[in-house]
Amino acid sequence: MMETIGLYNYWVVVVLMMTGFYIVVARDNLIKKVIGLSIFQTSVFLLFISVGKVEGGTAPIIAEGFEVYSNPLPGVLILTAIVVGVATTAVALGLVVRINEEYGTIEETEIHRQDAEA
Amino acid sequence: MIENHLPILQILVPLIAAPLCLLLRNRVAVTALAIAATWVTFAISVALMATVLQQGPISYELGGWAPPWGIEYRVDILSGFVLVLVSGIGALVATWSPTSISVELPRYERHYLFYCAYLLCLTGLLGIIITGDMFNVFVFLEISALSSYVLISMGQDRRALTAAYSYLIMGTLGATFILIGIGLLYIMTGTLNMADLAVRLQGVIDTRTVIVAFAFLIVGVSLKMALFPLHLWLPNAYAYAPSAVTAFLAATATKVSVYLLLRFFFTVFGYGFAFDRMQLWIFLMPLALIGIVTASLVAVFQNNIKRMLAYSSVAQIGYMVLGISFASVSGLTGGIVHLFNHGLMKCALFLAMGCIVYRCGSVHIDEMRGLGRTMPWTMAAFVAGGLSLIGVPMTVGFISKWYLVKAALEQGLWPVAVLILFSSLLAAVYIWRVVEVAYFEEPSAVEGEGSIREAPLSLLIPMWVLVVAIFYFGVTTKFTAGIAQQAAESLLGVAP
Amino acid sequence: MNPSTAIYTAVALPLVGAALVVALRRWPNLREAASLITGGALFAVVLSLLPHVQSGARPEAQVVEVMSGLWLAFKVEPLGMLFALVASGLWIVTTTYSIGYMRGHQEKDQTRFYACFAIAISAAMGVAMAANLLTLFTFYEILTLSTYPLVTHHRTEAAKRAGRVYLGILLGTSVAFLLLAIIWTYTLAGTLDFRPGGILAGNADDWVIVVLLALFAFGTGKAALMPFHRWLPAAMVAPTPVSALLHAVAVVKAGVFSVMKIVVYIFGIELLHDTGLSIWLMYVAAFTIIAASLVALTKDNLKARLAYSTISQLSYIVLGAAMATSAGVLGGSMHIAMHAFGKITLFFCAGAIYVAAHKTNISDMRGIGRTMPITMTAFFIGSLSIIGLPPMGGAWSKWFLALGALEAGQRVLVGVLLISSLLNVAYLMPIVARAFFMSPPGAQDNPASPGAGDVIAATDESSVIKEAPLFCLLALGTTAVGCLVLFFYADQLYQLLTPIVMP
Repeated sequence: MMETIGLYNYWVVVVLMMTGFYIVVARDNLIKKVIGLSIFQTSVFLLFISVGKVEGGTAPIIAEGFEVYSNPLPGVLILTAIVVGVATTAVALGLVVRINEEYGTIEETEIHRQDAEA
Repeated sequence: MIENHLPILQILVPLIAAPLCLLLRNRVAVTALAIAATWVTFAISVALMATVLQQGPISYELGGWAPPWGIEYRVDILSGFVLVLVSGIGALVATWSPTSISVELPRYERHYLFYCAYLLCLTGLLGIIITGDMFNVFVFLEISALSSYVLISMGQDRRALTAAYSYLIMGTLGATFILIGIGLLYIMTGTLNMADLAVRLQGVIDTRTVIVAFAFLIVGVSLKMALFPLHLWLPNAYAYAPSAVTAFLAATATKVSVYLLLRFFFTVFGYGFAFDRMQLWIFLMPLALIGIVTASLVAVFQNNIKRMLAYSSVAQIGYMVLGISFASVSGLTGGIVHLFNHGLMKCALFLAMGCIVYRCGSVHIDEMRGLGRTMPWTMAAFVAGGLSLIGVPMTVGFISKWYLVKAALEQGLWPVAVLILFSSLLAAVYIWRVVEVAYFEEPSAVEGEGSIREAPLSLLIPMWVLVVAIFYFGVTTKFTAGIAQQAAESLLGVAP
Repeated sequence: MNPSTAIYTAVALPLVGAALVVALRRWPNLREAASLITGGALFAVVLSLLPHVQSGARPEAQVVEVMSGLWLAFKVEPLGMLFALVASGLWIVTTTYSIGYMRGHQEKDQTRFYACFAIAISAAMGVAMAANLLTLFTFYEILTLSTYPLVTHHRTEAAKRAGRVYLGILLGTSVAFLLLAIIWTYTLAGTLDFRPGGILAGNADDWVIVVLLALFAFGTGKAALMPFHRWLPAAMVAPTPVSALLHAVAVVKAGVFSVMKIVVYIFGIELLHDTGLSIWLMYVAAFTIIAASLVALTKDNLKARLAYSTISQLSYIVLGAAMATSAGVLGGSMHIAMHAFGKITLFFCAGAIYVAAHKTNISDMRGIGRTMPITMTAFFIGSLSIIGLPPMGGAWSKWFLALGALEAGQRVLVGVLLISSLLNVAYLMPIVARAFFMSPPGAQDNPASPGAGDVIAATDESSVIKEAPLFCLLALGTTAVGCLVLFFYADQLYQLLTPIVMP
């Protein structure tokens, strides 16, 4: 029982991942989908970062008197991944702006209806 | 001296050329820069392949940091082979593109953005192939993906935008799944270097975490390579993108994802785990077969020819995955050689469609009436690509089919062999539909500017280089099937 | 010319001819001359290989290694020599005929016609001289594709539909059955070379042999074994020279040649004879022989009747192969030549009748022997050869087939051969009789009725000779004489072919 609660970081990851995934799939509004995608990616960032923490470890900067350090690598990887996420969101939002210009709407069902009519 | 740094130059050349395009703005300068950069990239990949064939795999340490702490670039037979394909297609399409986008992208002052994105996409794809570090794969994967979303959205039809958006959502989901897989593997082993991972993974390979990582990686890669049923983004993305973009992506993006499949499951996990323990073929083979048959069937009923070719691509990916799922030397050889052959065929076919768009403005089958007479060279190229899809001897398509059927029969799976051959006949149906319309009907009367003429030489020549390649590599396969077989043997750990 | 060079030349020369035809498209006489000269040169080159083959040598040429261990290669042996001679010789005759027909009929797109013809002949040469199954399959498919523009020459809706049937059946059978059989054979035997005695002995179980034989037989769609025979009548929509090419010179002959070659050099006569695993094929062939002849009886359109006659005759050759006895194989192989000459004569006549008198249905051909005596005499000679009566060549091949049936212990098949000969008489002789012994339409009116003067004038007109164009007559006359000559030269054929059954 305690162990399950001790793994709370993984629970957070799972909840966020499913929330994000659900939003992407279930919501019609294009911007909401982008938000869902963002939440989904954030959950993965948390997964990486949270496992970087070593029990009893300090910040990974070499200093006197400390011997156990947390793992810096996941943090670095996630910085890259966050940048990728930001770029993805930017491209996605740019596409949404253009779609709005062309279709006059950002609701997916409405867009499909317009395409079917054409 | 420069030979030592060829692996990093393979990435650096297009990577630096991309922002230079942003700075240069002038259309002529940008075009010249892009074409020069892509051909230099091709030369580098050929040099790398030649070195690998003579001396064995090349390992390059980025920044002098030794692996497994530093990032390693590794060129072996398989990666060299795919590098040559991707950079070759990149160079040919870049040469072909200026004339095409002068019609398809009407705002000339924006062309520098097209080439910037094109070069970035090429960088990303080459990076995926050449890197030996798992996280590096994710980074380059996203580089190529983001730039391809941008490239696709440049299509003239407004549906290109929604197609790019759908591809973005699905592609990011796929890449994130791959990231989860990479993360879980890192958690279990503490390393990101592929070669190191392969060694360390053996110790923890039966844990639940690793099996879950395996699952996430499969789903992520399947999304990226458009394996049925995760292929839904592909038809629209290929149909509505500009012709140069479709030609380039169709011949490269999904192939690189197939390469990733091979790397992950044969090099990192080892095929013993993937196929004997996890029985990966139970997942891959049926999906590949269903994909082949259903996609070919759907292609028969398409009136937008680019869309038809896109569904055909989904079917062809099925062939590659089918070959891989046999996990035998013949099967892998078939899958890998089809990777190369399909790149050639599909690029030629989409370039032919690009020529037709250039002259006729549309890719609807009704607009193709009588093109056999008004655009003979273009249609001849289309027929050549079509014959290769069907698998007529002396074309590359025949070679792929040969290895795949041989692999199926070697394992006693004769229903699979029959299905492979039956789907070739389906390809004959949808190709012949186009042939009949082009050669048997009278050209439709075009009001206004005059009748349809043949496409200009700047469009015909790169396309015909591919057509010649289709026949050349269909007749002598030392450089395609021969190399594919060596790659297959090295993946399976079979002594040559 | 050394034999290897001769082989390369034989395959490449018609392609050069095709290029010349396209280059000379604006000067029809020069263009036709190019076809004829190429044809003559090709026949000479092929003939130069004959002495080598007769002396027991097997000229070879290896072109390129396609996949590891699999070459595109050529090797001339007696059966291939025979097919190559027939195809190259009849090309000259068919070109002569085409000149008369295409001009007499004022056909369009003649350049494409002559060029595709040349490419098809090149493919036929490739099939004839193939050293292994891969080469055979390659040129077999090229033959299918290069004859498609010929079959759909007229570009009408009917031509398009016929083209679909043609390509659908030929490509379908070759990809679904033949290619499967070839790759399967490769996995069993490790090679695809044609070798005397076959490559499958000891490498495959009995049931595998039966299935493989079925796949090969039905996969060779050009041999028109029922039920994959529909493409042949469908292809009748093409101009008659194309039909002649299809039926006599190249396409169907490539089909039955392939079946014969596969039986002899992949399975091996002994393997099939000793195990009796091809008996079922004999009966399938026998069924096709009878069924096709019966259908031929019902056809009023002359070309359709001849098409079904061909389907029936082709199965003679398949029957000979399936018998797996010396006489059967020899008879079947000889029939390749005999049937070629006989059938091509009949088709030439059919085309001549169409050009000169614009008739396609047999019921309209009463009395035509009077206006076209040369044509109908040639038709008579060709019919005799098909029926198998001396002094025509066809008699010999039927004789050997009957002998083969007895050797195989299948006396029923002798009966089949007899019945089919009777059926041949039934569907061919009435045409001749109608032409010579019936009066032309309009001449049977009562001379005593009023207005008889006009009728008599009509009678006079209908006995004026209005023959086909000269080139057509030259062609059909030559092949008719050929039927006769083959009767006397049959021994030479026999000597040439004997090494196949006694290596």
